[in-house]
Amino acid sequence: MLDKDEIEKVGKAREEWEETSVKKTTSRFPERKAEFATDSGIEVKRTYTPEDQKDMDYLNDLGFPGKYPFTRGVQPTMYRGRFWTMRQYAGFGNAEESNARYKYLLSQGQTGLSIAFDLPTQIGYDSDHPLAEGEVGKVGVAISSLADMEVLFDGIPMDKVSTSMTINAPAAVLLAMYIAVAEKQGVSMDKLDGTIQNDILKEYVARGTYIFPPTPSMRLITDIFAFCSANVPKWNTISISGYHIREAGSTAVQEVAFTLADGIAYVDAAMKAGLDVDEFAPRLSFFFNANNNLFQEVAKFRAARRLWAKIMRDRFHAKNPKSWQLRFHTQTGGSTLTAQQPDNNIVRVTLQALEAVLGGTQSLHTNSRDEALSLPTEDSVRIALRTQQIIAYESGAADTIDPLAGSYYVESLTDDIERKAKEYIDKIDDLGGAPKAIEKGFIQKEIQDAAYEYQKAVESGEIVVVGMNKFQIEEQPPKNLLRVDPSVGEKQKERLAKLRSERDNAAVKRTLAEVDRAARGEDNLMPYIIDAVKVYATLGEICDVLRGVFGVYQESVIL
Amino acid sequence: MMDIRKGMAEGDKVALAKLITMAEDGRRDAMDIIRDMYGKTGGAYLIGITGPPGVGKSTLTAGLARIYSSLGKKVGIIACDPTSPYTGGAILGDRIRMQQLFTDPNIFIRSMGSRGHLGGLSKSTRIAARIMDIFGMDYIFIETVGVGQSEVEIAGTADTTVMVLAPGLGDDIQAMKAGIMEIGNVFVVNKCDRDGAEKTAREIKAMLDFNGDAAWRPQVILTAAQENKGVDDVMDAIGRHMEYIKDSGVFINKRKEHIRDEIMDLAAQSIMCDIMNGLSKEELSNIVDKVANGETDPYTASDRILKTIRYHLNGRDFD
Amino acid sequence: MSRPIRVLVAKPGLDGHDRGAKVVARALRDAGMEVIYTGLRQTPEQIVEAAVQEDVDVVALSILSGAHNTLLPKIVQLLREKGAGDKLVVGGGVIPADDIPYLKSQGIAEIFTPGTPTSESVEFIKSHVRIDA
Repeated sequence: MLDKDEIEKVGKAREEWEETSVKKTTSRFPERKAEFATDSGIEVKRTYTPEDQKDMDYLNDLGFPGKYPFTRGVQPTMYRGRFWTMRQYAGFGNAEESNARYKYLLSQGQTGLSIAFDLPTQIGYDSDHPLAEGEVGKVGVAISSLADMEVLFDGIPMDKVSTSMTINAPAAVLLAMYIAVAEKQGVSMDKLDGTIQNDILKEYVARGTYIFPPTPSMRLITDIFAFCSANVPKWNTISISGYHIREAGSTAVQEVAFTLADGIAYVDAAMKAGLDVDEFAPRLSFFFNANNNLFQEVAKFRAARRLWAKIMRDRFHAKNPKSWQLRFHTQTGGSTLTAQQPDNNIVRVTLQALEAVLGGTQSLHTNSRDEALSLPTEDSVRIALRTQQIIAYESGAADTIDPLAGSYYVESLTDDIERKAKEYIDKIDDLGGAPKAIEKGFIQKEIQDAAYEYQKAVESGEIVVVGMNKFQIEEQPPKNLLRVDPSVGEKQKERLAKLRSERDNAAVKRTLAEVDRAARGEDNLMPYIIDAVKVYATLGEICDVLRGVFGVYQESVIL
Repeated sequence: MMDIRKGMAEGDKVALAKLITMAEDGRRDAMDIIRDMYGKTGGAYLIGITGPPGVGKSTLTAGLARIYSSLGKKVGIIACDPTSPYTGGAILGDRIRMQQLFTDPNIFIRSMGSRGHLGGLSKSTRIAARIMDIFGMDYIFIETVGVGQSEVEIAGTADTTVMVLAPGLGDDIQAMKAGIMEIGNVFVVNKCDRDGAEKTAREIKAMLDFNGDAAWRPQVILTAAQENKGVDDVMDAIGRHMEYIKDSGVFINKRKEHIRDEIMDLAAQSIMCDIMNGLSKEELSNIVDKVANGETDPYTASDRILKTIRYHLNGRDFD
Repeated sequence: MSRPIRVLVAKPGLDGHDRGAKVVARALRDAGMEVIYTGLRQTPEQIVEAAVQEDVDVVALSILSGAHNTLLPKIVQLLREKGAGDKLVVGGGVIPADDIPYLKSQGIAEIFTPGTPTSESVEFIKSHVRIDA
């Protein structure tokens, strides 16, 4: 860091440069835009100098990887010790088809599993429910009972492979099934390594697969925290998500702000439920988007880490340094990919994956080129995986930690994002916290306004999407897209009928009654759900019991 | 082309919906049908639901409609939202809060934009309510946001007006617009699970004491419409008001007042139409220029216009 | 002056992605139309009932979950059964080009795939809806 006098000299030199060289050039060639800014309204200057970092305090603002405030990374050796987990979100059709895809991905070098469930499963309906008509197996795998789960993990060693499950409202049930299948494989709970998304607040705001109202949903979440803290210590009990908030149209700053505000709400809820913060906080994890604007995204991850560390230490007084660490999974931004000229998406995903690596992600999913058209084919998903492997093994980007630190621009962006996100969090605190802000529609409106502004900018041409509103070509409709077998729905119905007739229905009735009783009381629900799952009570049956006790959430829409 | 009259008589919702659209468009054939079927009106009881934005009016309306429907009553809901004066478009966002009623055979929901009508209701709200009445609705809810003078307008249309408020919206009850206290026949403090609900209710009661019409003391009811709490109390209060105004003769007088207002409105609208039809764009433009130049004044100018229209009117045949 | 075009924007099925539906609803409003948005998780019966009661000119269906071949034709069929088959039905979302001919054969007038500017959807509606003033 330069001292005051040198900074002044730099400033004067910059002014001279602007008056002479820059003016000379711009008088003949004006810059492309009158103003440059990021999607979050942060001004992007022509160039950045030491002046922009004159107040930087290296030790307090940046520090070292693995030490507070973790700006540079949560771990002392990061990718020099082990690459990020290459974890491709996958699942479709029935358990057999998905099991085959998982085995394929693992054989191609993927290092962790990420399960995509179909919409009926995510919303707690069995495959034979009337509302499941046409939806079974379409956006993920259909899991209606432990029997399906057993097929899903057949031949996959659950003590060696970590599994992330994108499941929210019925997370307790799917976790119970996972535990039960592992037990059958001879793997005890304390060895299980994985994550459940389990983040209901963002469902209300950006994703829509909620079931129960907020209060009982929080109870389920804190029950899972407590159960895992005691029994499944390596399990990440929640993946507090900003990915979907960004996909719904928010800016980068809003993504950080609303995600961390949700995180604050979960910590509050768990502490109110009687848990000590250091008991569960080390197992909280996050999930972010890697979107366009390379440097802003890298700065975003750094800002998020620093801000969360401060929140956990100063606001919640956590003592365990592990409680201060923001560990996160990243997915490249699906909504940035186009249906036009799909191969271009490979390029987009490469840049976005690089952002996540430069930003220090713990695990990464790269989207496939056919994202805007359909679920990925085997070829497309292999290219997406190779993208990560090329960055890891060939680019050198993983050989040093936080390589962009010290860049006048990136540090400036990091500071700006942290500051602006904190302003939002303060505002949400004033409204009474994230759940209240959601009730009042504040978060939804911010997202929708940002989405609408973006759309207008694209349609006016202010934002260029290559191949879509500029550089278009005449195209033939794409061929060889993945098609989900339409008979999946019928086959699942048959399977369920068979299951219901062959299982011990008395035991099912008994265990469901216990779930009902526990739900009405204050016991931790997990053991009761595990019991029900083991006797092959279905997902829908268990969720219906919970619906009966908790009620269902009524969407609150502000347009 | 469907037979609207037949559909209306048979209780076909498609016919009802189409007739409302035609009436909104001001079509002659719609007006003829309504004239012919006017004898069927009078069976419906009109309930106005108003209040500031975001208090939960739609949720409360849905809750009430559900109860009436479960008692076998037929319910119509007219949900009004403001039309943008710039684009002429509108997001009609009340129906979305009533999703559970969509397939209830006893309930019919119609969203209407104000379409330039000042005052909160749509220009065609009255006629839509009349059509629903002809259709055979027992209760008709008219729901609108209370801004400007819309509360007054609703009170001038409904038999019972329910004023819905909520705590913590930043509205200081003391600062509320004059006349609110006189308009509500039933007061509801919704979202009563929030802090300040009791306080808000007390403040309203105090103001009602201050303003009081000795014969009818409006109740203040705490509800949490989202959780279905207190909704049946609101229904009871409406029932009690209905009894009171029918027994005391207020009902008939109110209805007559509403009819008088409506007739005068229609007549004024009609004359306005005549003026607009009788005055070409150029003529109006010339007059405006003359006033702007100081050649004449607005009062003389409008006199001239009226003289010209009356002259034309006198030349017309009346039925 | 003729009345505004009335559009029902609906999300059939379990799909919870409403960014597109909400952006389109706003764009239609800005283009001078009256828009009724149904919210998430609508069954075909709920959508058709709303379309009938609101007497909309257009039913605009947004679906990204892959269930379009089942749900969209069902909605058209129900509209026809109720005597509301004259309404313009359009769709948008993640719908493969290969499925579009089938959907059109089932009565959906147009499908707006990802990347379609809202102005295009607005123009289509304006040119295909006739208001008898």
